[in-house]
Amino acid sequence: MKKLFIPALLAALIVGCSSTPVDETSGAPVESRTGVTPVTAGGLDARGLPRELSDPKSVLSQRSIYFDLDRYDVKDEYRDLVAAHAKYLVAHRDFKILIQGNTDERGSREYNLSLGQKRSDAVKRSLTVLGAREDQVESVSLGEEKPKNPGHDELAWSENRRADILYRAPDGRGEF
Amino acid sequence: MPKIFHKILLSLALMAATLAQAQLTVEITGAGANRIPVAIANFAGDAAAAQVVTATVRADLERSGLFKLVDPGATPLDENVQVNLGDWKGRGADALAAGSLARGADGRMEARFRLYDTQKQVALGGAVFVTSNDQLRAAGHRIADYIYEKLTGERGVFSTRIAYVIKSGNQFRLQIADADGQGAATALSSAEPIISPVWSPDGSKLAYVSFEKKKPVIYIHSLASGQRQVVANFKGSNSAPAWAPDGQRLAIVLSKDGNSQIYAVNADGTGLQRLSQSSGIDTEPRFSPDGGTIYFTSDRGGSPQIYRMSANGGGAQRVTFEGTYNVSPRPSPDGKSLAFIARRDGRFQLSVMDLASKQVQILTDSQKDESPSFAPNSRMILFATEIGGRGVLSAVSSDGRIKQRLSIAGGDVREPAWGPFIQ
Repeated sequence: MKKLFIPALLAALIVGCSSTPVDETSGAPVESRTGVTPVTAGGLDARGLPRELSDPKSVLSQRSIYFDLDRYDVKDEYRDLVAAHAKYLVAHRDFKILIQGNTDERGSREYNLSLGQKRSDAVKRSLTVLGAREDQVESVSLGEEKPKNPGHDELAWSENRRADILYRAPDGRGEF
Repeated sequence: MPKIFHKILLSLALMAATLAQAQLTVEITGAGANRIPVAIANFAGDAAAAQVVTATVRADLERSGLFKLVDPGATPLDENVQVNLGDWKGRGADALAAGSLARGADGRMEARFRLYDTQKQVALGGAVFVTSNDQLRAAGHRIADYIYEKLTGERGVFSTRIAYVIKSGNQFRLQIADADGQGAATALSSAEPIISPVWSPDGSKLAYVSFEKKKPVIYIHSLASGQRQVVANFKGSNSAPAWAPDGQRLAIVLSKDGNSQIYAVNADGTGLQRLSQSSGIDTEPRFSPDGGTIYFTSDRGGSPQIYRMSANGGGAQRVTFEGTYNVSPRPSPDGKSLAFIARRDGRFQLSVMDLASKQVQILTDSQKDESPSFAPNSRMILFATEIGGRGVLSAVSSDGRIKQRLSIAGGDVREPAWGPFIQ
């Protein structure tokens, strides 16, 4: 509160020094200037990645693509998400991503690892079709080993059938 | 000084607690129909040492499900005493073991014993095992192996070791324990999953898949030195290692060229060669004991089924036909049967196929069996299953009669691998 008030006062003083006289009562109340989230263009988040990759307002912060039971194709509802990531990779050729495919817990661990790979490969194909380069994208599988939801019911399983996108910046910092 | 002493005590207590928690408890839930009645007399000599050895021998024989212990009485019997075998026959024992524990000139313990057949009224043989005090249980396992082999005609597996993974919280530990679940030690701790451990044929190393690099990578881990070496870290996923019987090469699964496919690689990571060629998933390779054939899981026919191909690659023949989900093939060390997991009515159950007749038998009535592993004498199959939402290990004889359960307090146990015979 104090910090905001002082620059406001200073601004008033500077303006006050200019040729145009200012009516002291015409200024907007100081309170109206609070509640603003400062955004620094080109700033980095905690993992050293550009903020637009984690900013909840950016579609690029959406990193999970969910799959239906026994399905390995990227559903239409993820078209915008995939397009946004492809566009980012095209615009930032020195950025790399890791796509981790996952399955639900039912069945053989190793067979599930291969099924998770089919999911990450499908996401990779969608991205490369839209211009991401082969050397920017690695698709791997975590199989059933890293469930997002540890439960054992249909809801948990549907949250675990997914592919996640992880980013790495040119300086090596990032999510993988 | 007292403070330091207190600290040491505390850390000792913590260690003891960790050890106790890490111990597998074995419970017999089914036994063979015709168990051989055997008496293991209290061994003579050093009473404390004798107690450890005879308790180990008795527990081993009983746990196998093939023997019934006959009360030997309280009197210690050494291996040289004249025993009235007719008397022991009268007490219901078909066989009797007597022995002694003595400290040798070098300070080590010598465990001597003799085994008798009370029916034929003859000594079947005997042996001496020399061991340090803290290896007395190992000496007991050796004696149990000797008795088992003399009385059943097949090699015992009490001296072998098993590997498995414990998940507790978000921590994964690759454990090595004696076949009875005792003496567990941690080979690897990781915050990321560890799956698919397999023993090298000489029992000195494990190959496994670790996710510590945010993706599956295959390592070989020397147990004595703790030294680890990356065998395969290609672009994509690296998984499902299987040792060739010669210990020089492994079959592995890579996704670097698209879907999961089977490759061969030298144990040092060189000499990569593609073995399977399909447009679908080929995974879970395992060598036949003669090294000539690889069994594997493939969805090339629309559903996951077990196939076989030459260990040099090439064409494959389908092995399983019943049902729409047959995975995780494990040929038995004697080459006669194939254990695998079959899904029937939504339940994943351990099954075994007689390779000569192609007859399939379902061995369990559980819901979530996975990762079967044969004992080196082919008699028992160790596998992971779930009881009350918790991962446990079970073992069942290949005829389905004998059942054991190995569980652990406060953790999920999974991914068992039964080690080879100790040389």
